[in-house]
Amino acid sequence: MEATVLPEVTSLGVIIKAIIILAIISAVAGFGTYIERKILAFMQRRLGPMHVGPFGLLQIAADGIKLFTQEDIIPQNANKFIFQIAPAITAATAFIALAAVPVFPDFTIPEFIPLLGGTFVPSIAADINVGILFILGMMASGLYGPLLAGMAQANKWGIIGSARTAIQFLSYEVVTGLSILAPIMLVGSLSLVDFNEYQAGGIGSWLIWQQPVAFVLFLIAGFAETNRTPFDLLEHEAEVISGYATEYSGMRWGMFFIGEYANMITVAILASVMFLGGYNDLGFIAGWFIIIGKIAFFFFLMLWVRASWPHIRPDQLMWLCWKVLMPLAMINILITAIVVMI
Amino acid sequence: MSLEEFKNRNVGEQSYKMLDLKHTPKSSMGKFGQVVERTVKGELFVGLWVTLREMGNALFKDNMHTIKYPLEKLPISPRYRAIHDMLRLLESGHYRCIGCGLCEKICISDCIKMDTRYDENQRKEVSEYTINFGRCIFCGYCAEVCPELAIVHGGRYETASEQRASFSLFEDMLTPIDALKQQKEYDGFGAVSPNADDNIKQTPLAY
Repeated sequence: MEATVLPEVTSLGVIIKAIIILAIISAVAGFGTYIERKILAFMQRRLGPMHVGPFGLLQIAADGIKLFTQEDIIPQNANKFIFQIAPAITAATAFIALAAVPVFPDFTIPEFIPLLGGTFVPSIAADINVGILFILGMMASGLYGPLLAGMAQANKWGIIGSARTAIQFLSYEVVTGLSILAPIMLVGSLSLVDFNEYQAGGIGSWLIWQQPVAFVLFLIAGFAETNRTPFDLLEHEAEVISGYATEYSGMRWGMFFIGEYANMITVAILASVMFLGGYNDLGFIAGWFIIIGKIAFFFFLMLWVRASWPHIRPDQLMWLCWKVLMPLAMINILITAIVVMI
Repeated sequence: MSLEEFKNRNVGEQSYKMLDLKHTPKSSMGKFGQVVERTVKGELFVGLWVTLREMGNALFKDNMHTIKYPLEKLPISPRYRAIHDMLRLLESGHYRCIGCGLCEKICISDCIKMDTRYDENQRKEVSEYTINFGRCIFCGYCAEVCPELAIVHGGRYETASEQRASFSLFEDMLTPIDALKQQKEYDGFGAVSPNADDNIKQTPLAY
């Protein structure tokens, strides 16, 4: 494993990486709202945002100004403290989860840049040996955001929203864990860097060919984890107004949104690193370009699915996860274990 | 949507497609079979394909549904009754109104006011003609009663006004003389129907 000698990871490099992650992901999360509105619009033969800037590109700025300047209303009878920190939980855990995700390959800042020149920036901010567990744990604890937010506001839709959060959490979390257990057994590590190196040998070595069932299961669980259609039970407007976010306004509501989009990106990165070959070079195409393409594909897939499929009832989600997906995941693990043993 | 489709108000002539709805399975084996069938059938991917195809059509085949309203407008039916137009004779360019006053008489909301006099050729001439659009209910009686198809309903449906009562003068509604060539013959409310010739019977001259 220690064939190539990597430069020493300094704290400065980690800080730079953290800033890159924060800046890029929150910018992309903001831009994601624009992309989502545009793609949904195109799929429904509409135009989407058109009037702010060319092709509506400055819509993000308009939305941002609106969110920042909106009054921060805390409703009567709400539990003030919990109501205030709940959005921070969602946003913070989404970004903490990204700390253990390799987003781009390693690089060294060129020497000609003053002050920072020569700093080695690692691919991953914190290469802890329980990487995947940490990420999944963080994303799961992110659900405390909706849960607490819904219960802290004195609003029945909020209560229903948090009840649905609990249902959703109970349903998909088993499938997430079990579905990635099989690839973890194959790779023999929880670190996403090891996952990436395992699939370094071109398209043929991608884990999706060895673990197609695990890939599909993980994708389904990922959709549930990020509250995307068809599993957007928490805030489905047609049923529960806006669920846990009913009473929120301004930047607190925006933080829920940024958290959701950051989670979408995390799931996209996880799926592409664990199953689709990660950020390895593919022939002549550079690794960073490949990984952006894969992440973009998964992001697009989420919007595409939202435009195409209806969403399901909470009891259907539970039925699906416990009666269909979990047995499938168990069978998948058994078969993988037998193959690994032999 | 083309204007012809738009004008077709005969509900029931369209060819409806009936959905092939199967019966809900009763036995648990039947339910299991339904789950397996739905899992394997790939109907979800058909759904994905449909939205992707529509996106391709919208983006590359100019099949976008949005009308940018103040900049673009949908065609409206010729039978729509909006702000009135005063038409001219195509040959002479003179306005068609003969000052008979039928529209003023028939107007049920009393919003048409007209005055006539004889000009130097002893022809009747409209000296004053106003429609109070604050009162007009756009019933279309004036256009229907007009013997000369002089007053007709146009397509200008944006009638918001800064005043509570907004009057229109004869000259505002009259086709501008330099736009005479663009004047369209009115086939809407009160106009002669397309099959008018078939409906006309010969007048018995005997009596």
